[in-house]
Amino acid sequence: MRSVNLINRPIHEVLEYIRGSPELLIEYLYRLYERIERYEKILRGFITIRPSEEVIREAVEANREGKALAGIPIAVKDNISTAGLRTTCGSAILKDYIPPYDATVVERLKRAGSVVIGKTNMDEFAMGSTTETSFFGPSRNPWDLSRVPGGSSGGSAVAVSAYLSPASLGSDTGGSVRNPAAYTATFGYKPTYGVLSRYGLIAYASSLDQIGLITRDSVDAALLLEYIVGEDPMDPTSLDLKVSGFYRIALNMGEKTDFPNASLIAIKEMWEGVEEDIYKVVMSAIDKLVSSGFSYDEVSVPEIRYALPAYYVLAFAEASSNLARYGIPIYGLKEDPMNLPWDEYYSKVRSMGFGREVKRRIMLGSYILSAGYYEQYYLKALKVRRVLRDKLLPFLRRGYIVSPTMPVKPPRLGEAIEDPIKLYAMDIETVVPNLIGSPAISVVAGFTGSLPVGLQIIGPPMGDKDLILIGRAAEIIVGYYNMSPQI
Amino acid sequence: MKLKAVIGLEIHIQVNRAKSKMFCGCPANYRDAPPNTNICPVCLGLPGSLPVPNKEVIRKAVMLSLALGSRLNNHVVFVRKHYFYPDLPKGYQISQHRGPGMAPIAVGGSLEIEGDLGAKIVRIRRIGVEEDPAKITYPYGDPVKSPYSLIDYNRSGVPLIEVVTEPDLSSGKEARSFVEKLLTLVDHLGICDPDLEGAFRVDVNISINGGERVEIKNIGSIRDMEKAINYEVIRQSALLMGGGVVKRETRHWDPIKGVTIVSRHKEFEEEYRYFPDPDLPATPLSKEMIEEIRISMPELPWHRAERYVKSYGLSQYTAKVLVSRKVLSEFFEETIKIYSDASKVADLLINDFLGIVNSRGRSFNIVKARPQHIAKLLTMLDRGIISIKIAKMILERVVINGEDPEEIVMREGLIVISDEAELEALAERVIRENPKAVEDAKKNPKAINYLVGQVMKLTGGKADPQKISYIIRKKLGISANSSLQ
Repeated sequence: MRSVNLINRPIHEVLEYIRGSPELLIEYLYRLYERIERYEKILRGFITIRPSEEVIREAVEANREGKALAGIPIAVKDNISTAGLRTTCGSAILKDYIPPYDATVVERLKRAGSVVIGKTNMDEFAMGSTTETSFFGPSRNPWDLSRVPGGSSGGSAVAVSAYLSPASLGSDTGGSVRNPAAYTATFGYKPTYGVLSRYGLIAYASSLDQIGLITRDSVDAALLLEYIVGEDPMDPTSLDLKVSGFYRIALNMGEKTDFPNASLIAIKEMWEGVEEDIYKVVMSAIDKLVSSGFSYDEVSVPEIRYALPAYYVLAFAEASSNLARYGIPIYGLKEDPMNLPWDEYYSKVRSMGFGREVKRRIMLGSYILSAGYYEQYYLKALKVRRVLRDKLLPFLRRGYIVSPTMPVKPPRLGEAIEDPIKLYAMDIETVVPNLIGSPAISVVAGFTGSLPVGLQIIGPPMGDKDLILIGRAAEIIVGYYNMSPQI
Repeated sequence: MKLKAVIGLEIHIQVNRAKSKMFCGCPANYRDAPPNTNICPVCLGLPGSLPVPNKEVIRKAVMLSLALGSRLNNHVVFVRKHYFYPDLPKGYQISQHRGPGMAPIAVGGSLEIEGDLGAKIVRIRRIGVEEDPAKITYPYGDPVKSPYSLIDYNRSGVPLIEVVTEPDLSSGKEARSFVEKLLTLVDHLGICDPDLEGAFRVDVNISINGGERVEIKNIGSIRDMEKAINYEVIRQSALLMGGGVVKRETRHWDPIKGVTIVSRHKEFEEEYRYFPDPDLPATPLSKEMIEEIRISMPELPWHRAERYVKSYGLSQYTAKVLVSRKVLSEFFEETIKIYSDASKVADLLINDFLGIVNSRGRSFNIVKARPQHIAKLLTMLDRGIISIKIAKMILERVVINGEDPEEIVMREGLIVISDEAELEALAERVIRENPKAVEDAKKNPKAINYLVGQVMKLTGGKADPQKISYIIRKKLGISANSSLQ
């Protein structure tokens, strides 16, 4: 048996080697664990790492059974429920919570022969854009250890970018998959709202939350999507996207030069306040696409300036409700309830269990939903959401909206977290697709210094397949994908 | 000063006839399960779980709305109602609400009841669908005396339909009449078996002479509701007549002491932070769906009663009692298919049969008799095979044990003694042994009943008392006309 270093290969290449070859799979997993051993203590991408023996045993079994994903490991964001495996949401209040059930996507991945390697670090309850609000401490950006990897799915992006896992599941409420993908030079995909079942995804803001993928390239996203899509009777908001044969198309596209002849649309207001070097890198990527036959035009949608406030009003309101369940003495953090009235018991557990940013959002959200303010804020935000949808969907019928994924470079650790306004403003580009339910991806546009820059491409609802193919085209034309950081 | 009570009700009806809970697949019947075994991630509100609406319950709520003439909303919209209490695993209850961007399944409608001053229309304010919280029990009965409380999530998520009336009721009796009729309706619609423990709970809003409104929460039986209202009318009236003021407050009914008591909860403005549940997008309730449900609706109890009066010549009263429970009316209809004298069947059912059921806790679940058994019993009576006394004697075994009356009669030799000679001999023996009673009977023909009773006793009830009476009168030379038998 020859030895191959598969560590830096995307899954669609790794599979070629390990299918039917448990030996190569074992070697591959050993190398992954070697890297985890070496880098994890610096990067802090994981909250929980499963023991290698367990993962290797399950992977080899899946491989021997001839399952499609042949024992490929996957890292799972720690807000996605995994049966028997601690799921903390990056919070003290769930630090010992072991779910009795698998999220639908996890169950489907397992059935296809993938094995969960560990649970990745995240902002507490996905509330943050830097992975710094995690109770377990921040993760670091493999491209610059003094900087954050973005968030909230920071750990998922770190794991893929530093070759600690070939792919990760993340979640994206207002950019939490695309943001860290952009900051770590990985491929980030947020599906159309409903395309992936939310059953088992611990809710932050239910009407905006979507599980997403962070992969080495778009082809891997196409590949994994095949095994996790499909309507789920456990999630009444889930939709049925048919993807059969789609992965092959994405895979073969690399061989071709006739890329889809799509229109790119830039909304002027989404380019305001973008750092100059980022602006240049993203524009030059767009120029390359235009040279390859894409058309491009700029439009103005002034209502975009209401997107961020509307997003935060809705997200906080829903969060304050979704997080009302914590403190119940069935699971998670518990206190001795003796001699405490119930309201005091709740108050005690919640005060101890939630971090500052979470408390801030719960308080603001409770205020937004209280009598009188509900109409003033919540209903108004819903109206903005409708207006944005009505304004943007016509553009998405004729093309793809492009923007930088992040308007600023990854902040240094501690730099953004002390200033909530600055922190929230980072999400200005990424909240747009969540508000209108659209799919969106982040592909590598290039670099500014050593720091990766992401290009966000937004497609029409249920246009996920074409969007990923556009992403594939962009990867090949722009030329940066499957990049490796020097740690 | 004439005091006038204004009463409105909120009735929470458990959809205990549904197969599963409101938002998950756990059985809606939680009563037989050991504590905390009828549960799943959804009804425990575990992180990441999502609710899936029970379409069967929505259909049933539509049926109830149609039966009450309520206006259905064009969408089914669920909202979250937030409060912290350990019986509520999500920190909110999935419910329905009237407000901007929110609407209950139906509003308006009415139910006619027998009011204190004749027929009365009670207007419905709204009908909503929601989930039941878990059940808290205090090991020493009382929260104050118990050092801890126990929570059983088996009930968590069981479907409820809430019916809220306008304040159109004036007395405890009217409230009783309303709730009884509503329960009969939901029974016939296959929504709720009203006789199961915890099948419904009532919140009463009551004020006197336009004073402040007092809410009495969580009353579990009609009898307690009526008593609580009567108590509260007197309490508030006494306060007002003494120059006092009624405070706006929440009280609860103490069935042991027979009084209402101010709830110990802190009095604060209720802030439930209602908003539409983002996990449950509004689903359309189309005209076609509503029509389809209307067509498939079972016969309403008052239509059924009307039919009984028209087709079988029953009295209004008899018909009303027969339809008071769906199983009873079905039993009646099945029986008259085999035994055609409807009024005899009706009499037996609403008197003796119902008496047996009521004496054993009012639940028809204990009834094992089949319509054939009742038909057989009546046939044996008609043919003079058994006496009415024997019929009554064995009815309980027929109803409760499901024994075949023919078999009981045969096995235990309960056939009527029709041998005149035997009866005459017994009559002579009784006359001989009871000279005092004979004297009495001669003075007062009513007293003959004692002698008849003695003969019946000797036969073990297996004789026709009229026949015995005739024999005794003949022997004592008393005119048949003077008999009041």
